[in-house]
Amino acid sequence: MTRARLGLGILALLALAALGAPLLQHWLGADPFAPDLFARYEPASAAHPLGADELGRDILLRLFYGARVSLAVGLSAALAASLLGTALGVLAAWRGGWVDAVLMRLADGLLALPALPLLVLLAAIDPARLGLPRGEAWTDMLRITVILVLFGWVGVARLARAATLSVLATDYVRAARALGVSEARLLRRHVLPGIAAPVAVATALAVAGAILAESVLSFLGLGIQPPAPSWGNMLANAQEAVFAAPLAALWPGLAILLAVAACGLLADGVSRAGE
Amino acid sequence: MRLALARLPQIALTLLLLSLAAWLAIGLMPGDPASLALMSDPKLTAEDVARLRALHGLDQPLLQRYLAWLGGLARGEFGYSRLFAQPATAVLWPALRSTLALVGAAVAIAAVLGVALGALAAARPRLAGFVDGLALLAQATPSFWLGILLVIFFAVWLGWLPAGGLPGAGQSALSFLVLPVATIAFGQLAAYARHAAAALAEALRQPWARSARARGATEARVLWRHALPNAGVPLLTLLALDVGGLVSGALVTETVFARPGMGKLLYDSVMGNDYNLALLALLLVALVTMLATLAADVAQRWLDPRLEAA
Repeated sequence: MTRARLGLGILALLALAALGAPLLQHWLGADPFAPDLFARYEPASAAHPLGADELGRDILLRLFYGARVSLAVGLSAALAASLLGTALGVLAAWRGGWVDAVLMRLADGLLALPALPLLVLLAAIDPARLGLPRGEAWTDMLRITVILVLFGWVGVARLARAATLSVLATDYVRAARALGVSEARLLRRHVLPGIAAPVAVATALAVAGAILAESVLSFLGLGIQPPAPSWGNMLANAQEAVFAAPLAALWPGLAILLAVAACGLLADGVSRAGE
Repeated sequence: MRLALARLPQIALTLLLLSLAAWLAIGLMPGDPASLALMSDPKLTAEDVARLRALHGLDQPLLQRYLAWLGGLARGEFGYSRLFAQPATAVLWPALRSTLALVGAAVAIAAVLGVALGALAAARPRLAGFVDGLALLAQATPSFWLGILLVIFFAVWLGWLPAGGLPGAGQSALSFLVLPVATIAFGQLAAYARHAAAALAEALRQPWARSARARGATEARVLWRHALPNAGVPLLTLLALDVGGLVSGALVTETVFARPGMGKLLYDSVMGNDYNLALLALLLVALVTMLATLAADVAQRWLDPRLEAA
């Protein structure tokens, strides 16, 4: 369980950073959005602990605010995908028949397709044509979350289906059915606790995948739009300044690495504890 | 063979559904070709735009245009790329070749290094934690970040290697491949190391490994000649899946290093409103990915006939 604890600890620190962003802003007396062109690419100092970016904004402060975006998108996308995937996976295993066939063909089809180009294609859709407001940070986050859920449920659903099938085949489920336990109670009391461990592992991995995918899309300019900071779009800006401020590229990537590795550790720890 | 015959219609159907979905998605993207033409030429009047729309069929409903496009495809007319002002096929083939060279080299290096690391972990259990940690690190490192760091270190500070792009006349093509290949290879390393470590450790516990040792085979011989071929089948599958997935997955690396491959072509065509090229590129990478998956399954059954029966 040390792995799981380490992973949880890192995630808790990142969450603390996300929540404490306004505190740091107050403490540094800097604005994460307002450009200060006299401070462009300023090296690390007391006023700017990690230096300043291409518009003279404090990098540490933007990292903290970026943590809000990355964690919010990662957690909500993974949780939604996990809920949807669990529901559909349990449904497929429980109902069987054509429901199972349709859902699993759909899952196979989605898994067979190259994910990244589809993410790019979907992220390039103009929200205004769907009647949604455009260019606000929260709509960007919602858009990315929806796209990630669209692809993210598949892995969880397959796992949940396999786990449900094995639970439904056990003797205690058959005994419960023989005793006249209702199907709803059966699913609630026996199936859901039985599949909790694999679903938890899949969810932790889905958080990692969602954080990574959000940062890739933001890096490509299709995710969170500036001036709202996200680790991905901070890296995109830093890439253009590899000569002027090479260190600016270090921090956002390190943050992504930490978050993803923490989720991996958590998943690893939980799956080992389950064995 | 039977598997391949059964799978090909599935692949065709998936491509058809994908093309329809992508066509509809593209209909929701900002800007159509006529308004783009208007932007690049201020002398165009509203009547000109209307005439252009009618000429290119842009005034037709979305679904009707899709059917017309599909009909063209069936007749072997792949159309033109707006962005490159060339036939689409003339743009797609060089991009696919460039990507396959990049991905092939990267996956080969990742597989060799990964299996070596996995073997190290299986043979020396004390090092298993180190290999595990390295795999976790490799898996969690965002490839675009690694690419930028490599550029900063090797191109900006040391100046040993080019930061990206394609070799000009008299430049070595190899030097332009080193950094992108290293970026992709590091990311893929983790999966091979983990799979190889688990499969080899499992194989070394089997009775036949014990009897090989009892017959006096050295530990190295048991590992490489007995355990590896047995553990190798799933690794080969992983290899084929990797190549298939990376044909489009190299998008980010190709963007960071400005390499004109399939991924960058896809990205550029989506961003540049080059819809025909974007669609064709998407279908092509989907086809390559699914064919690679099929090849993996066929190879697996061929190497391990027990699976055919199952």
